[in-house]
Amino acid sequence: MTALLSAKGLKKRFGGNEAVKDVSFDVNEGECVVLAGDNGAGKSTVIKMISGVYTPTEGEVHFDGARLTGKSAEAIRTAGIETIYQDLALADNLDPGLNLYLGREKTRRFLGLPFLAREEMRRDAVDVLQSLGIVVPDPTAPVREMSGGQRQAIAIARAIHWQAKLVIMDEPTAALGVPEQREVMALIERLKSKGVGIILISHNLPDIFAAADRIIVLARGVVAGERRPSETNDEEIVRMMMGATL
Amino acid sequence: MLENNGTSFLKSLLNAWSWLFLILILGFFELYAQMETGNTFLFRVYTLQSIAVAASQILLLALGLTLVIVAGHIDLSIAFTTGFSAVVMALVIRFFGPEGGWLTVILALGVGLLAAIVVGLINGWLVAFINVPSFIGTLGTYGIARGVALIVAGGATVSIRSDEARAIGNGIILGFPVPVLVAAVVAIVFSYLLTHTKFGVHTYALGANRASVERAGVDVKKHLVILFVLSAFTAGIGGLIYTGRFSAGAANAGEPILLYAVAAVFIGGASLTGGQGTVVGTVIGAIIIAVIQFGLVFSGLPPYWQFVAVGLVIIVAVIVDQSRDRLTGVSS
Ligand SMILES: Nc1ncnc2c1ncn2[C@@H]1O[C@H](COP(=O)(O)OP(=O)(O)O)[C@@H](O)[C@H]1O
Ligand SMILES: [Mg+2]
Repeated sequence: MTALLSAKGLKKRFGGNEAVKDVSFDVNEGECVVLAGDNGAGKSTVIKMISGVYTPTEGEVHFDGARLTGKSAEAIRTAGIETIYQDLALADNLDPGLNLYLGREKTRRFLGLPFLAREEMRRDAVDVLQSLGIVVPDPTAPVREMSGGQRQAIAIARAIHWQAKLVIMDEPTAALGVPEQREVMALIERLKSKGVGIILISHNLPDIFAAADRIIVLARGVVAGERRPSETNDEEIVRMMMGATL
Repeated sequence: MLENNGTSFLKSLLNAWSWLFLILILGFFELYAQMETGNTFLFRVYTLQSIAVAASQILLLALGLTLVIVAGHIDLSIAFTTGFSAVVMALVIRFFGPEGGWLTVILALGVGLLAAIVVGLINGWLVAFINVPSFIGTLGTYGIARGVALIVAGGATVSIRSDEARAIGNGIILGFPVPVLVAAVVAIVFSYLLTHTKFGVHTYALGANRASVERAGVDVKKHLVILFVLSAFTAGIGGLIYTGRFSAGAANAGEPILLYAVAAVFIGGASLTGGQGTVVGTVIGAIIIAVIQFGLVFSGLPPYWQFVAVGLVIIVAVIVDQSRDRLTGVSS
């Protein structure tokens, strides 16, 4: 089986600083790969090279049989990689429907003029959210009135609705309370069951062990080790994060 | 979100407060007129037309400004964009003389609007491409437009003699003054733009969170330029109407209206932080201010009281905005 995504020999230099030195890993369909590592290890830089925010100094990324390296962020999104940033990039003053469709809104013509199909977009949002096990109390309300977990679900719904094959999440639970962290972990399980590949960045050990099919530990810009949760423990992962290789 | 009937009632009250306030002041002036003079204030064509024309003049500055404020920016330059287009229009008409007829006036309208659009392009470029905060950038073009308008006008009012221009400023069609019809058309177009188009959604999203639209693949820089051009465009129309109304273009035509235009947008439900506001709200805001202006004059108070009254209404609007935010759980 060829991997859904394969990163080979990624390197990123910022001026004289080599933020990422040599990182290679694969992600398969329906698999959740956790990138773990201390602050400054290079996790965010790695995912930005995958999502097209940065062009790698060296190395390449293949996805779904095609070479992605050097393509624009927009092209990579269209190819099926959706990145969910910590701030979620939601428009808080708009309802879930408009957030789901932001940038690709549905319109209906009336008297030759396009009008936003608000109702239709809202219904689609309710449907996608339902498939994630989330019930929105009032789908006409702006998303700022929703809980952190529900907002996360809207960002994830956007990925599903636009048929993402790979979803990248940068520390999705960092700003959430405990019940909402659980909601997000449940969302990740549902995404996996839909066959979506996931790259999850985290340095919260319980989250890492709950979500990961494989754990890839980064330290100072290189892969310090790769483990399945069943073959390792907290202690070993922390040791690898601190930079003791293997 | 916890919510009982009490808070949701309060919420709708706060959302509708500008309507209630409008009814309240209309009722107040009507009652005052009945008691003082035994005559009606409101139910006279003259009153209605005067209020509507005053509101139109405010609205033409406030409509484009509404979009800019919803997007989380401000445009102070409109004060002199109006004056600039008024002066340019007057100069073109004067250049061709009173025999020019409609052709000259139409040309003058076009050149006047073009002058306004140039200011809008500069604003958009400064904010979108040079990343100048709009408050500072448009304060700069406020000064520039003011200076250029005074320079081209030779420091004076440019008076003209043109029946066609006067018809645009003072004509009445089916009982409706032309400025009111013009403002109504612009208001309808802008209302459609803001509530029913992708452009409108992106404007709201931009005001709430720039990253949301950027990551959705919207060209934010282009969007910002269009917003500032639209703002200059409606302010420019305001200048054209001014020249028509008074048969003269003045560099400071829009200056006294800037405060009223900004006030109308905030009374109409916009928020300083962006992401909120509607065209209908701005229309109500402009009417409230026009009623205050005209009502105070009508009741024989010194006209300076209108500044105090409008100032008070602005403060009420801000307080309402903040209590609304608290109720809907917006963290500031
Ligand atoms: N745009 C940038 N310019 C310069 N240095 C950067 C930039 N982005 C990240 N770095 C540096 O690269 C290193 C890795 O950062 P990052 O990928 O954000 O780590 P992590 O996400 O694992 O905390 C850090 O030393 C950081 O200072
Ligand atoms: Mg990071």
